[in-house]
Amino acid sequence: MPEAPAGTLYRGREGMWSWLAHRVTGFGIFFFLLVHVLDTALVRVSPEAYNAVIGTYKNPIMGLGEAALVAAIVFHAFNGIRITLVDFWSKGTRYQRVMLWIVVGLFVVTMAFFLPRHLGNVFGGH
Amino acid sequence: MAHTPVIEAPRARSARRGVGRTNYELYGWLFMRASGVLLVALIFGHLFLNLIDGDGINAIDFGFVAGKWASPLWQVWDLLMLWLAMIHGTNGVRTIINDYAERTGTRIVLKSALYLAFTVVVVLGTLVIFTFDPCPADAAAELLPSFCTA
Repeated sequence: MPEAPAGTLYRGREGMWSWLAHRVTGFGIFFFLLVHVLDTALVRVSPEAYNAVIGTYKNPIMGLGEAALVAAIVFHAFNGIRITLVDFWSKGTRYQRVMLWIVVGLFVVTMAFFLPRHLGNVFGGH
Repeated sequence: MAHTPVIEAPRARSARRGVGRTNYELYGWLFMRASGVLLVALIFGHLFLNLIDGDGINAIDFGFVAGKWASPLWQVWDLLMLWLAMIHGTNGVRTIINDYAERTGTRIVLKSALYLAFTVVVVLGTLVIFTFDPCPADAAAELLPSFCTA
């Protein structure tokens, strides 16, 4: 396998950064998923065990972590649709850069809807 | 350049061609797109119901989960989400390992750990969805969904 020097830039334009962000968010989401299946599996142990662990998800630090998780998922979801359009839509490659800015716009709108609600629940709730 | 690089003729048969060639990478590429589109719908629905609707994360407890899994719709929803997300994520991490782990031994170790984690999590998650008891006999009634006492 040919070796490339580490830390190089591939062109350094939108395509490279969206590829990198897609990879980083996907990697992070996967490890949360592993933990999330394990914590949910505690419903099979006892109601007390599940409630104790899910209770830790409600503290403010974890609440911020959930906000970051949802941000990662929302970007990965919209950019994944963009990748699919680039691959399957005949004009996809021509509009890949425009579509990235649509992804960013939809991300901002979605987070503007989600963050006040979620942070309100975490910091203002119960 | 000290030497001129040799470029193989486009259709030359190298040692790898024709030996064990399959379309698995094509199926993987297609699966990432097909499962990705489904996962957007499944996960956005999951996030809406669990984090946005009602009291959001504050409403999540054993009774909440039991109430959801009393419906076959949410059992199937969560099962699909589990399988699709785990295959999608495992294939994504496999790609990352192939890209960055340059030594064959490192790749084998990392991918073995990945496939072990995949198997454990998918089997465990599937068993939990299908063997879940919403009304365990020895649990305090106030922790259980209301239909247990009805």
